Amino acid sequence: MMSDLLKFDLLSASIALKNKEFSSLELTNAYFKAIEQTSALGAYLEIVKDHSINMAKASDKNFKNGTARPLEGLPIGVKDMFCTKDIKTTASSKILENFCPTYESTVTQNLWDDGAVMLGKLSCDEFAMGSSNETAARGNVVNPWLKNSKMSPGGSSGGSASAVAARSALAATGTDTGGSIRQPAAFCGITGLKPTYGRCSRWGIVAFSSSLDQAGPLTRTVSDAALMLNSMAGHDKKDSTSANLEMPDLMNYLDKGIRGKKIGIPKEYTQDGISDDIVKYYEKSINWLKEAGAEILLVSLPHTKYALPVYYIIAPAEASSNLARYDGVRYGKRNEAASLDEMYEVTRGNGFGEEVKRRIMIGTYVLSSGYYDAYYLKAQKVRRLIKEDFDNVFEEVDYILTPSTPTTSFELGKKQDPLTMYLNDIFTVPASLAGLPGISLPVGLDKSGLPIGIQLIANSFDEPGLISTARVLERSAEFNFIADGAAK
Amino acid sequence: MNESFNLKPGQINGETGIWEMVIGLEIHAQISSKSKLFSGASASFGAEANSNVSLVDAAMPGMLPVINEFCVEQAVKTGLALNAKINNVSIFDRKNYFYADLPQGYQISQFTKPIVGEGEIIIDLDDGLQTTIGIERLHLEQDAGKSLHDQHPSKSYIDLNRTGVALMEIVSKPDIRSPQEAGAYVKKIRSILRYVGACDGNMEEGSLRADCNVSVRKSGEEFGTRCEIKNLNSVRFIIQAIQSEAERQVEILEEGGKINQETRLFDTSTGETRSMRSKEDAHDYRYFPDPDLLPLEFSDSWVQKIRETLPELPDLLKKRLVTDFGITPYDASILVEEKDYVDFYQKAANGKDGKLTANWMITELFGALKKENISLSNSPISPENLGQLIALISDGTISGKIAKDVFAEMMISKKSPSDIVKEKGLEQVSDDTEILKLIDKVISENEDKVKDYLGGKDKLFGFFVGQVMKLSQGKANPGIVNKLLKDKLK
Repeated sequence: MMSDLLKFDLLSASIALKNKEFSSLELTNAYFKAIEQTSALGAYLEIVKDHSINMAKASDKNFKNGTARPLEGLPIGVKDMFCTKDIKTTASSKILENFCPTYESTVTQNLWDDGAVMLGKLSCDEFAMGSSNETAARGNVVNPWLKNSKMSPGGSSGGSASAVAARSALAATGTDTGGSIRQPAAFCGITGLKPTYGRCSRWGIVAFSSSLDQAGPLTRTVSDAALMLNSMAGHDKKDSTSANLEMPDLMNYLDKGIRGKKIGIPKEYTQDGISDDIVKYYEKSINWLKEAGAEILLVSLPHTKYALPVYYIIAPAEASSNLARYDGVRYGKRNEAASLDEMYEVTRGNGFGEEVKRRIMIGTYVLSSGYYDAYYLKAQKVRRLIKEDFDNVFEEVDYILTPSTPTTSFELGKKQDPLTMYLNDIFTVPASLAGLPGISLPVGLDKSGLPIGIQLIANSFDEPGLISTARVLERSAEFNFIADGAAK
Repeated sequence: MNESFNLKPGQINGETGIWEMVIGLEIHAQISSKSKLFSGASASFGAEANSNVSLVDAAMPGMLPVINEFCVEQAVKTGLALNAKINNVSIFDRKNYFYADLPQGYQISQFTKPIVGEGEIIIDLDDGLQTTIGIERLHLEQDAGKSLHDQHPSKSYIDLNRTGVALMEIVSKPDIRSPQEAGAYVKKIRSILRYVGACDGNMEEGSLRADCNVSVRKSGEEFGTRCEIKNLNSVRFIIQAIQSEAERQVEILEEGGKINQETRLFDTSTGETRSMRSKEDAHDYRYFPDPDLLPLEFSDSWVQKIRETLPELPDLLKKRLVTDFGITPYDASILVEEKDYVDFYQKAANGKDGKLTANWMITELFGALKKENISLSNSPISPENLGQLIALISDGTISGKIAKDVFAEMMISKKSPSDIVKEKGLEQVSDDTEILKLIDKVISENEDKVKDYLGGKDKLFGFFVGQVMKLSQGKANPGIVNKLLKDKLK
């Protein structure tokens, strides 16, 4: 019985709940069983069962009264980067180990206002800095695929991706700074959508890199992503960078098709180092889009090769400043010491992990006087060129198709060198720098049985078109595999 | 040493010759805004510690700044009043440093692109001369919190009420050449801020503070190395600190030493400055554009709308007072010093003798208020009553001498002058027959002197006038007394 409930995705569960096939309480309880069953994956940092059950009961009441909202009764998980009122929010960092916000992030509040049920907080890389979920203070999260091999779920939204793939959450929120939604979605065989910068409010999301951070959904299907993003997005006066634009109801774009649309294939993305299986599925994807009536064009994004270096200047620069507030003075962890400067040193020295410290140091360095022009300022200029590359390409085509990652998931603990790790985001970072929406969806498995993700990038604020196109790919790919480590 | 007698303000007579000062000021003016620059918390002064702190001010995770438009308007208004260039696009930057009373770990300020660019103001000096001081820029920034180090033997306390309060930093060009000019400059800026209503200019409460950059040089030489004296909160301290700092620098240079560029503090108890930190210890603030905020942009038409709301500013107002009321430029410059003064004056002088009103206001009223330590806004004499007093003098109802007594009574009882005159029967006597009676009495009582007068002792005329006035208890109209006496003693 329980496993039957786990088969429903967000959209079908929503319909079933409306049809009273089962209650939100039953569905939520099924997910708590699943969470228990998959606890070895380490996706959840915090489970709030009493809270969830109260929310589920309230949803059932709304169903009964005919006042159900768009996400009524649907149990989802929340990445630990989102501040949740009275629920511990740590950004997977020791420095915030007991931090409990008195406020709720705009995005999660939007979800609760639309009726979603909260299951708990999901692990991620510390302060969302990482591509393997190995920088989380409370330990690795495991990818449910090839569960005995202990593969990485990707990062930084590794807990979110693992939970959705393992069916211990119907869907989850994520944040994406350079690929933190799309890369783990690709690794875990699910759908991950990073909206246009400014679509979702950043208010109440622990900041990593303010000019890049963007919230988005991790879901089982493209339709689920549309349904969930509908609720997450919206203008917020509390975030000055939030776009004052109405988002069309994405559910109206699920079946629009792509006949006559132009798809760009950037020549810079077909480089060495991409696994053969990924190349094979990339070519398959191109064909599927062609068969669906799209025109395929080879395009060029000449500054692509600078994207990673630019990203690893701008993101750490902003992070070094954003993370200055974790100083032990007002909240979070504090190690007492004899002087203020020593207190900073021991608190931050003990509170932050290696990767976070590395990025704070890089960021501090590139902003220092004497280095600012050569690094930060130059990076900003190149970032503009990268954006212009995309602007030019979108004069010719409607969407860009790329692999999501150069490789499929790797074993936890295998990639020790940070630079090799950074290469994971090579296909996701350019769209982030340009603020563009991107989606990764699973299109097949590689030889070892690990999921392969394909990325679609659209022009700013064209999430509707992104959804239409992704749906075409999704239908052609018929990816119906379930991770061996998923709850049953 | 005779030379020192001829020293101009701002000059120092050293062993090696005359030195001059080069001074630039950074004024931090707190914007008169109910809420802070980037948060909705109250910006009021004197609240219980940490009671005006929002989630944004405390830099809780995920909190974001949102610009307070009122503060932007005040900065633009002030920029216009400083005859300065308004930058339609400006950028907020983060100034990064760690301190316990700086929750974000950075101050949001404007570094490369401030909201207001170059401008200039005219300052009035004591000798009646004027000089122009250039404005380098004006930018918006957040104030920091307050660290209290004296509350506990081993702990410091932090009060975040001030954290995030909106400040305007107004930076002058190094055009100031004496402590007196610096004082006049601060007064002028304060007056302009009060006219436009952007800042209350209250230095005691810290809503106006100045950092002074001081260097010395021989006339015609390049600028010397400067020192910055931080956080001065009165015009008197600014003048003292600059003088003492310049003297210190001259002493070092004349002994063959070098000035270290450094930040110094003024010790109000010793009247001297002392080193706070040297240039080598200066922070690297790692300025960069704040990615949480979009560039601040506005249109020319928006600036124009603000321009239209500007009140009449002191320089123009001064000219108008001279033309409209016939007062001297000197009196006018005193009256425009504060908006309160000129408002009071214009009410009082409305339809009256402007010159007489200015005299009475500046000499009598300001003198009396100063003696009683009362501000003009709390004056027991209203502008209307002062005007009435002037009218009573002008139309001959009372003499100037009686007017002083009435004025003294007004200060105490707050009554209108006409009531006082009526109650006490102080109306001037201008009736010929009344006065003739008094004249007759004086003549009959001083027959000898009349003889002497008629015999050629003209000087005695004043004596007769005095006697008649005395007899009338000062109420007789002196003009009429003069005329009638002359007729009588022909």
